[in-house]
Amino acid sequence: MTDTAFDTTPAIDPAALKVSDEVAIEISNMNKWYGSFHVLRDIDLTVHRGERIVIAGPSGSGKSTMIRCINRLEEHQSGKIIVDGTELTSDLKNIDKIRSEVGMCFQHFNLFPHLTILENCTLAPIWVRKTPKKEAVETAMHFLEKVKIPDQANKYPGQLSGGQQQRVAIARSLCMKPRIMLFDEPTSALDPEMIKEVLDTMIELAQEGMTMICVTHEMGFARQVANRVIFMDQGQIVEQNEPEEFFNNPRSERTKLFLSQILGH
Amino acid sequence: MADTHAETVLFVRDTMLPQQEPPLSTVGPVGWARTNLFSGWLNTIITIVALLFVINLIAHLLPWFISGTWNATSLNDCREMMAAVGNEQGGACWGVIRERWPQLMFGFYPAELYWRPVLVLVLLFVALAPILFADRTPTRMLGFTAVFPFLGAWLLWGGTIWNPITALLGFVVGYVVFSLVSKVVNAGVSLFVAVVASVIWWTTLAGYVVLGLSAIAPLAIASVQSREFGGFLLSITIGVTAIMFSLPIGILLALGRRSHLPLVKALCVGFIEFIRGVPLITLLFVASTLLNIFLPPGTNFDIILRVMIMTTLFASAYMAEVVRGGLAALGKGQYEGADSLGLDYWQAQRLIIMPQALKISIPGIVSTFIGVFKDTTLVSIISMFDPLGLANAIRADASWNGIYWELFIFIGAIFFIFCFSMSRYSMYLERKLQTGHR
Repeated sequence: MTDTAFDTTPAIDPAALKVSDEVAIEISNMNKWYGSFHVLRDIDLTVHRGERIVIAGPSGSGKSTMIRCINRLEEHQSGKIIVDGTELTSDLKNIDKIRSEVGMCFQHFNLFPHLTILENCTLAPIWVRKTPKKEAVETAMHFLEKVKIPDQANKYPGQLSGGQQQRVAIARSLCMKPRIMLFDEPTSALDPEMIKEVLDTMIELAQEGMTMICVTHEMGFARQVANRVIFMDQGQIVEQNEPEEFFNNPRSERTKLFLSQILGH
Repeated sequence: MADTHAETVLFVRDTMLPQQEPPLSTVGPVGWARTNLFSGWLNTIITIVALLFVINLIAHLLPWFISGTWNATSLNDCREMMAAVGNEQGGACWGVIRERWPQLMFGFYPAELYWRPVLVLVLLFVALAPILFADRTPTRMLGFTAVFPFLGAWLLWGGTIWNPITALLGFVVGYVVFSLVSKVVNAGVSLFVAVVASVIWWTTLAGYVVLGLSAIAPLAIASVQSREFGGFLLSITIGVTAIMFSLPIGILLALGRRSHLPLVKALCVGFIEFIRGVPLITLLFVASTLLNIFLPPGTNFDIILRVMIMTTLFASAYMAEVVRGGLAALGKGQYEGADSLGLDYWQAQRLIIMPQALKISIPGIVSTFIGVFKDTTLVSIISMFDPLGLANAIRADASWNGIYWELFIFIGAIFFIFCFSMSRYSMYLERKLQTGHR
């Protein structure tokens, strides 16, 4: 919606953002229905390791549903999703394995309110990865420092601001050392003043070469960080392109309309 | 506009105002009384009238309560004592409580063995401590909590020590079977097999093992029959058991009811709706009479055990719905948060969902506990001597024929102490678990 959040952010060094040939996620012919409603239609998408993909589109276009299929928070009914070489089927072992490799940040953070920030971050490493507690705490503190809130470690999520909570959520995902990060509108529930601190964290992550798929309305972020922007409407991928081309020279009429509406003011 | 106010519209604050103390008349006891008792002439009148009423009530009731007949041994004795001191209004005859105290507490439990229920009560508090005050007691004490039900039952009913030990072994059998079978098949099936194995152990094998072990080492204490149990001993035994087991069973039922597996769901819904749809009295009658008809002749299935099972099932059904309410109050986000980190179903339930759902349900859970505890008085209808049953029996005695209030006030007071403690504890727990808004 606004580009203002980026006025003070240093430009990214493009050399740091190499994309390898290795395939991280492969989605082919994927379809999904809610009851009789066809939400996702014939989705084909290949994501290489190190790619930063931004998915944009009007609400109800299926963008969230699509990334939620990647870690099976939603079940697809036909087609194939292969994450890190493992195909998503109803096999629970595979699902849990993929989920522990794929980090996810939600619009409403979904932190665990009954646990402290530190416990939020160490829970999954301890129980899923069977990391010794001491090591898990060290890792957690490392990532909390990275998102710049180590001093809040012993507070509860309810005592933090929205921006801080979202950064904790990012740290919590990172503690599992994921190879892919999914962001589902991470800044949509935040006050304007807090959006920047979350985006800065995400930019830093991108600079370290994390494979990221990000559903967002932050077009400034897309321009600066993404190497590919995907536009979705009515459950299908309408257009995908490099950010410069996408914003300056959109091909489809629907994309043009969308961009004129969100960048128009 | 802009012309006339040109100078006043532009305003820049250069110093921020510090916080100030509120006016004295709005805080402290004076402020409280002002806002709550004397906030207007009507409220002032109501306050004074209510105060006079309360004073009057106490002035009338207090003499009845402190009538000084503590040592009376019968109702007539009591009346003579009051006449002797010139008390013509009449007063309470507390002598009945003093004289029948052991009976109200222990029923017909052998007097020389009273130390056993008392010890069990003390141990009960020791066993509860690590659950109620988990943050202030060492985790090791939970070991004692796990052993307590067996130890407590043995102390209460007596008999050979091999009984509780073999009962405990049933769980060991279940665990061993589970860990062996789970290597071959999945967790659900192996759990089922383990439960079957444990049940087989308890119903058939355990009996022979007890006989064998008792022959080798006859370690036993005097045994007490179930029909000798009574008074608060009976209420507390049944109540505590039902409370202890209804929560875990209720949680499982609530999870089952939300399960995606149709069979599990149908079983849980059926159970909950059936039990909730039937009065507890009916279940108790089934326990006391009908069950004997269905069981093979000659099986001696203890009456207190039967009542405990029925009360527990009854409480579990209610508990399941209370817990389900807590589960429903949790947002989908918590499940997704747990899922996205790769936690499996049981981990997510144990670490994320249940701690929050149970916290939300604390008021409902404690209400159910209190309800169950008070419902134990219904066993008097199937001629077991709980405090109310005993009250009737005491009144049937010639020396206390005609006494009502004293017994019921006393029984009510004891129940109140227990129920009120539970309620206060639940408030303490709610405060402790408060971690800021969700």
